[in-house]
Formats: sequence, structure tokens, C-alpha cells
Amino acid sequence: MRKMEHLISINCVKLLIATLFYTCVLSSSVEQKIYVELNNTVPCVRLLNATHQIGCQSSISGDTGVLHVLETESDLDWILSSGPHPPYMVIMETAFFNRSVMMRMKNSPRVAGVAVIVSKTGLADHFSPHTTCPNQNTGLYSENNAPELANCNMTVWNPFGNGLSYEDFSFPVFALKDENQTQVIRKCYEDHNLRVNGSAPRYPLCAMQLFSHMHAVTDTVTCMRRTDLQNRFSINPEVLCDPLSDFNVWTSTRPLNSSAKGHVADESVVIAATRLDGRSFFWEQAPAAEGTVSGIVTLLATIQALYPVTREAPPPRNIFFTFFQGEAFDYIGSSKMVYDMEKNDFVIDLNNVHSMLEIGQIGLRRGQSLWMHSDPVSRRNTSVDTEVLNLMKNVNSAAAGLSVKLDQPSFSQPLPPSSFQRFLRAKQIPGLVLADHNTSFNNRYYESMYDDAENMNVTYPPNLSPDEQLVYETEEAKSLAEVATLVARSLYMQAGGENSRLSNITADPKIVAQLLYGFLVQKNNSWFRSLLPPEVTKKGDNSILSSGPPQFYIGLGPRIHGPVHSVTRFVQYILANLTGSVTNLTESQCQNPSEVNTENKDFFSYFWVSGPASVNGTEEPFCVQASVRLSKAVSPAFELLQYGSRDYSTWTESRWKSIRARIFLVASRELEMLTLGVGVAVLLLSLLVTYFISSKAELLFSSARETPTTTY
Amino acid sequence: MTLAVFFGCAFIAFGPSFALFVFTIAKDPLRVIILIAGAFFWLLSLLLSSLVWFIAIKASNSQDHSLQRGLLIFGVFFSVLLQEVFRFAYYRLLRKANEGLAAISDDDSSAISVRQMAYVAGLGFGIMSGAFSMINILSDSLGPGTVGIFGDSQYYFITAALMTLALTLLHTFWGVVFFEGCEKSRWWVIAAVVGLHLLVAGLSLLNPLYEGSLPPVYGIMLLMGVWAFFSSGGSLNSLNALCTRRKAEAESS
Repeated sequence: MRKMEHLISINCVKLLIATLFYTCVLSSSVEQKIYVELNNTVPCVRLLNATHQIGCQSSISGDTGVLHVLETESDLDWILSSGPHPPYMVIMETAFFNRSVMMRMKNSPRVAGVAVIVSKTGLADHFSPHTTCPNQNTGLYSENNAPELANCNMTVWNPFGNGLSYEDFSFPVFALKDENQTQVIRKCYEDHNLRVNGSAPRYPLCAMQLFSHMHAVTDTVTCMRRTDLQNRFSINPEVLCDPLSDFNVWTSTRPLNSSAKGHVADESVVIAATRLDGRSFFWEQAPAAEGTVSGIVTLLATIQALYPVTREAPPPRNIFFTFFQGEAFDYIGSSKMVYDMEKNDFVIDLNNVHSMLEIGQIGLRRGQSLWMHSDPVSRRNTSVDTEVLNLMKNVNSAAAGLSVKLDQPSFSQPLPPSSFQRFLRAKQIPGLVLADHNTSFNNRYYESMYDDAENMNVTYPPNLSPDEQLVYETEEAKSLAEVATLVARSLYMQAGGENSRLSNITADPKIVAQLLYGFLVQKNNSWFRSLLPPEVTKKGDNSILSSGPPQFYIGLGPRIHGPVHSVTRFVQYILANLTGSVTNLTESQCQNPSEVNTENKDFFSYFWVSGPASVNGTEEPFCVQASVRLSKAVSPAFELLQYGSRDYSTWTESRWKSIRARIFLVASRELEMLTLGVGVAVLLLSLLVTYFISSKAELLFSSARETPTTTY
Repeated sequence: MTLAVFFGCAFIAFGPSFALFVFTIAKDPLRVIILIAGAFFWLLSLLLSSLVWFIAIKASNSQDHSLQRGLLIFGVFFSVLLQEVFRFAYYRLLRKANEGLAAISDDDSSAISVRQMAYVAGLGFGIMSGAFSMINILSDSLGPGTVGIFGDSQYYFITAALMTLALTLLHTFWGVVFFEGCEKSRWWVIAAVVGLHLLVAGLSLLNPLYEGSLPPVYGIMLLMGVWAFFSSGGSLNSLNALCTRRKAEAESS
């Protein structure tokens, strides 16, 4: 008996170990027969501000629905009222992605989720999911200050805006960008879900499940309060949302001492600014060609045109170039810089600013005029007005000899949405905003996924290799180069430079073409690779140099997401290349320049860059010294802990655990219930039969029992 | 396929074995021990045969599908043979243990007969075999999807559960018949059991006609049930006695 017990206890232990071993080693091949995972998912996520939540949300275990492709009006009726298998997962053709259809989906309990096919076929003439009046609550014009100009009473800037990005959907919305994946989904739909002769399709039906559960709810105030509670009282704190943040990039013609904050004596600065970011309905998708790239490329070309001349013959005033991040979300970058200037926490302050010239959307000029927008409210002050007129005069005279025509909107027209409005909120500075539009945007796809190279008419002839495309000068490149030359000359004059030098200031169309190619078509090109540090270029696809154009969504900053935001890095290193000088420091000296006496870390930054790739593949990296700096772009509301602030941006992005999608077949409810019924019946029947047999066992198996001593 | 299918398939696959366990095994600790040991022996045989198959797979070209299929068929048949070898080994172990039990008991006779041990051992094999066939499939049946997007049958879960049910009962019957054959030294009985096991295993390889394998397997199961009944001491007389007994009871009441 003891031998038996000993044996059995060892057996049990071995049984357990073997079971564990076996279950760990097995991969579920049945699961592979059921589900097809969709790998390229582009979700819409939840964003929160002081009072609202926007975006999309799925339930915590995903939302499942029977697939239906929305191609015609009758499909819409089928989904919303007559289809017999609700809830439906709608595969929406591009033409149906508009406000009326999405609102009907939002109000219907029969819709489990939407997957939008993103393509150019069927695209409407205009589509902008942004609001009609961008940043209306955090700009210059409000109920307190010039109410007749507030809330787009006088001019509707984005008339095609349908406000979809700012709606709150309780079902997941994904975008299908990969054509192959869309084909897989369509095939499943055609095989199983098509209606035959008007009758409903039969089970099993093709269905899709979308996971995009968001942790944050209600608004930023609630979410940050809960996060603070977690951080204070929980051993393993779970953060629910993160503020949108990144960096502004700035540089100046005369280097500024970055360790000296506050007012600089005897320094008068002309600011040239543009924005760095964009957005769309979906997360991290923002090609932002006309909205953002046109401004970035023009300002970079302006800097490239100005630098040789300002080195030789520096003008009396300093010219301060800045790229603001986060302007799509209530002016995050510019409000932070103004706040820092007011608190004497920046290299200059508002009293150092002489005037400001901002570059808005200028890509869709098409040979028409360039418009100089100014603020009517500050121009009621005569001194400001005089300066603005002086600035306009400078710009007009800079246009002499160029093919750019200039025009002014009517005097009482307010400024378009621009970073300049945040500066004016703090101090009445003379300034202009240059744009290609008069009363409403020329951009018909403002802040949408369709604002890409094609929207800006940047197309390349076929059969060009990537390196040939990189240097091919499109019409758009030449046009932007002209504008850049204009801006550079205006800035030089505004800074008090001599007119005789103006003819030497020209923007190089080749640089403009390279910038357009890198920012609109392919960021992994040879020029960008030569500008960036070797550790970035070596990583290839896993770093900021993945294939395709860069996306301009601000993101959550390098602390949260992997590599630093790609666009900020690109602009920083391009500026280093255009304005910096080569030094012969070694790599370790370049990383720690304060140890070298001849270098001044206060006035310059040092970048270790790859250099051009040589023929036999060896690189020779070197150190570049440039006065390019990054400044933090996070809304002052988060520093002041005023999460419900009305003055500053309060945008946060929710956190989530998993975002994925998969398709599979579902069986009918009848089959499931049948299975359950058969199971219960088998169980009861077997219990009955076994009880019966075991109670009659003596009678049934009545032959004599064997004697245990039978030898074998 | 959701909770209804999960419970339905679990009840189908494990209902009879659960009933058998509750009514015939649970009360007797010795039978519980023999059951678990039997399950362990089956598990050992599976472990060894899967090691062999795994090594064969890794040593061969993973892109050649017909070779992989051939290796799978070889693996299945090798596993069947190994299970039967372990059944024989368990029989030897139980015989030895039976002598020990008889030695230490009061009235010099074992508390359990070889026939009862045969039944319990077979059930042990069956339960473990069923668990390994079915648990993986049950966990996948909890999700919202069902098999079929690649063209397979949508009745896969039910078919698998029914197959597991048959296999559990078949193992029980084979256990009874096999031990009886070993006791009486009838080698053709053992050969028949092994042959039928190979046949059933071969039938389960009949993809994609997976539902088509069910009727033959159930037929074999009924056949084996009858054979096991007769070899464990039942007879037509006892059946008759049962019916008349019940008729007599019914008349007297």
C-alpha cells in the first residue's frame, strides 16, 4: 500500500509538470483556423480637453459586428434598419465618409464599428474633418476682445469643415489604408455576406472585431485627477492620459545665450515663425502638406537664403526663426513660448520683439497673389499701425523682380488662425501673416488624411529613381522658392539690413525640391540620411527613418513614445546643416562640448552627423556647431496645474492597452443553442444511464469474480 | 463561438466520463488512485511519442507539406502503438500491485478485481486522452469566431466534442477487453484492440471530411461496448434477468 501511495504521489507531480510542459509548448493552431489578424491598423483614439472628450472608443473586450460594405444608399438602409443580423461592422467606401452618414451611424444602436477605406477613388471634392473655425476659443478674438471678429463671425476660415474630428463616437472607427488587407476583407465579405436575390445571407457570416479601448473618460480634469490619485496612492500607478507635448525648434542669425533668461539689453528681434504640426481624424496620420509642409519648407529655404548674407553683413536687428509644435491643438507651442517670455524664462522676452512675420498656408498659390494678413484690433493703435505699414512696404519692395504678387485683405478682416494671435494676446506687436488665401482657406482637405503631395500638386514624372526624384524641381518647388526669397529679403530689410545686399539673397530651388521630397514623399532619402546622426541611420526601419512620408501629429513626447518625434528631429538637423559650421571635434567631444575650452555650449549646440554616404559605403561622421535649440512645447495649463483652463490648451491623449483588429466567421445563434442543448442532454442522459447501470452492476456482471491469485 | 458553445462542447465531450467518475469511481479511493495512475501512463506515452514526432519534424524540411503530412501520419500511428504498449505496461504494474494488495488485506483477497481495474484503467486512459484532445479546442471556442474562414467546416467544435466522447468510451472498452485478453492469454484479442485503435486514429485523419469519420467511429464504439460487456462478465442471461427482475418489481408494485 505504501509502495502504491508513494508511486501515486510521484505520478501526480509528474502529471502536473507534463501537463504544464505540454500546454506551454503547443501553439493554438485552431485559433489560426478561426481568426485572421489584421496587422496594419490605423485607429481613431480618444483625446480630451478641459470640457469634452472626442474621438472613438470600443468596449473593453472589443466590438464585434457582421461585415457589411457600404457602397450605396440601400446599404445604408440595410445597416440602419432592415438588415436581420445587427450589430453591423460597416466597411465604408470613401465617398460615404461624411458628416451626415457618420452622425446617423453614431445615433444607431445597430452599428458596432466602422472601418473606413482610405483611397482616392470616390473621394469627394472637399473633405475636412476639422471645425469650420479652427482654435476659435484660444485665439486672439473672444467675447472680451473684439467679439464682432470672434467665432468666425466675419470670415469662416474652413468652410468645408464638418467637425468630425471633434465628435465623440462610442464605437471604434479604423482606417483601412493597406490595399492588400482591404482585399482580404472584401473577399471574406463576398464569399459569405452577399445577399442573393434580395434575401438575407445565411450563416456562417463574416464578422470583424475591433479593439481600441481607451482608459480616459469625460475630460482632462477628471482624467488628471484620477491619474494624480493613482500616482499618490497606488503601488503600481496606472496613468490614464498624457498631455500632448513635444518641442519647438528655434534658431537665430546672431546666437543667443541660452543660459541667460529674460530680457536681453539692446537686443531687438524680428520673429519669423511657422507651424510644425497637423492632424487628421485618425491617430498619427497627418500628411499636412498644404497645411504645414508648405510653411516649413518655405521657412527653411528662407533661412538657407539668409544665412550667407547675415554672416557677411549682419543687420542691426537679430532675426529669430521658430517652428511651433502643437498649433493644431489650441496653440500649444506658441502659448508655451509666450508664457515663458512673460515669466522671463526664455532667452528673450516680449519687449525684445520688434515685429513678427508668420508663414501660414502658402502652397496653393497657383500663380495668384500672396496675401498679407494683419490684425485690425492692434492696428487701431497708431504706432503699431505705422510699423505694420512699414513691414508691408518692406515686403512689397522685396517682391520687386520676383514673380510673386502681393495683396492685402480688407482692413477689418481678422487674422487667420495663426501663432501670431497668441503673441498679440500678450502684447500688441506689429506683424503679418502670409497666406495664399484671402477670406477662406484654399486648402479643401485641411487637417485630413488627403492633404498630401497630390493636394499640393507635387508630382514627379514616372520612371525616376528615388535619388532623381529627390533633386527634381517641380513647379511647386520653384514657386515656393520664390516665396522664400521674398520672405528672406523682407526679413533682411525689416531687420535693418542694407538694400544693396538684397540681390544676393535667393533661395535655392534645389534645396526646396529636396525638402519637399523629404517631407511629402519619402523621408528615408539620401539627403536626410546624411544630415542625421549615425545611430539613427543605422537603425533603419525601426527608427524615425521608416519608409514613406513623415506624419506631423504632435504625439506625446519622447518620454512616452519610442524615438523622438521625427519631424522635430528632421527640422533640427536640417537647420544644423543649413546654418551650422563644421568643427573638428571628436565624437565624445561633440557630445560633451563643455569640456573643450574653445567651444561655447551656451551659444551653440553640437550635433554629430553622418555625412554623405561615400561610394564604398564607409561613413565619415563629423561634428556640426549650430545655434539651433529645442524648447519644450507643453501647454502652460499643465505646469500651472489648471487642467480646466480656458486660456491655454488642455489637450491630452488617452492611454490604451491594445489596438488590433481581426476577422472571422460567426455561427448562428440557433446552432450555438443547439450545441448547448445537445451537451446538456448528453450529460443528463449519461448521468441517468450510469446511475442505472451502476446500481444494477451486481446483477449485470454476475459471473464469478476472479480470484486475485490467478497467475499470469 | 461564445459561452453556449463552450459549455455545450464541454458537456458533450466530458459528460459520460464525468457521470462514470461520479457514480463508479469517486466513492472508492483505490479506484481513484488507479484512475489517476492510468491517466498518467497515457500521458507518458503521449509525451514520448510527441518527442519522437517533434524531433522528426525539426530534422526535416518544414516547407515540404506532403512530407510534413506523412510525418504526422507516422506520428499518429506511432503514438497509437506506444499507447497500447503503455497499456500493457500498466496491466503488468496493476497485476503486481494486486498481489501486494491481497497480501496486506485482512481476508487475503484483493479489494478490487482485475476486471474492475481494467475498467478503471481504461477510463483513466480515456479521460486523459479526451482532455488533451478537447481542452485546446474548448478554449478557442470561447471567442466570438467559429472555424471556417479558410474553408473548413463550421461544425468543427461539435464534431470534435463528439469524437472526444467516442474516444473516451472507446478507451474504456479497450481497457476492459485488453486486460481480459492478457488474463486469458488470448493474443488475437490484443491484436484486435490495437488494430481497431489504429483504424479509429486513421479515421480521424480524414480531413476535410471530418464529419464523415463520426459514424464509423460510433459504430466501432458500439461494437466495442458490446464486446466489453460480454468480456466483463455480462451475458444475455443477466440482461434477461434484469428485465424480468424489473418486470417482476413492476408487477408486484
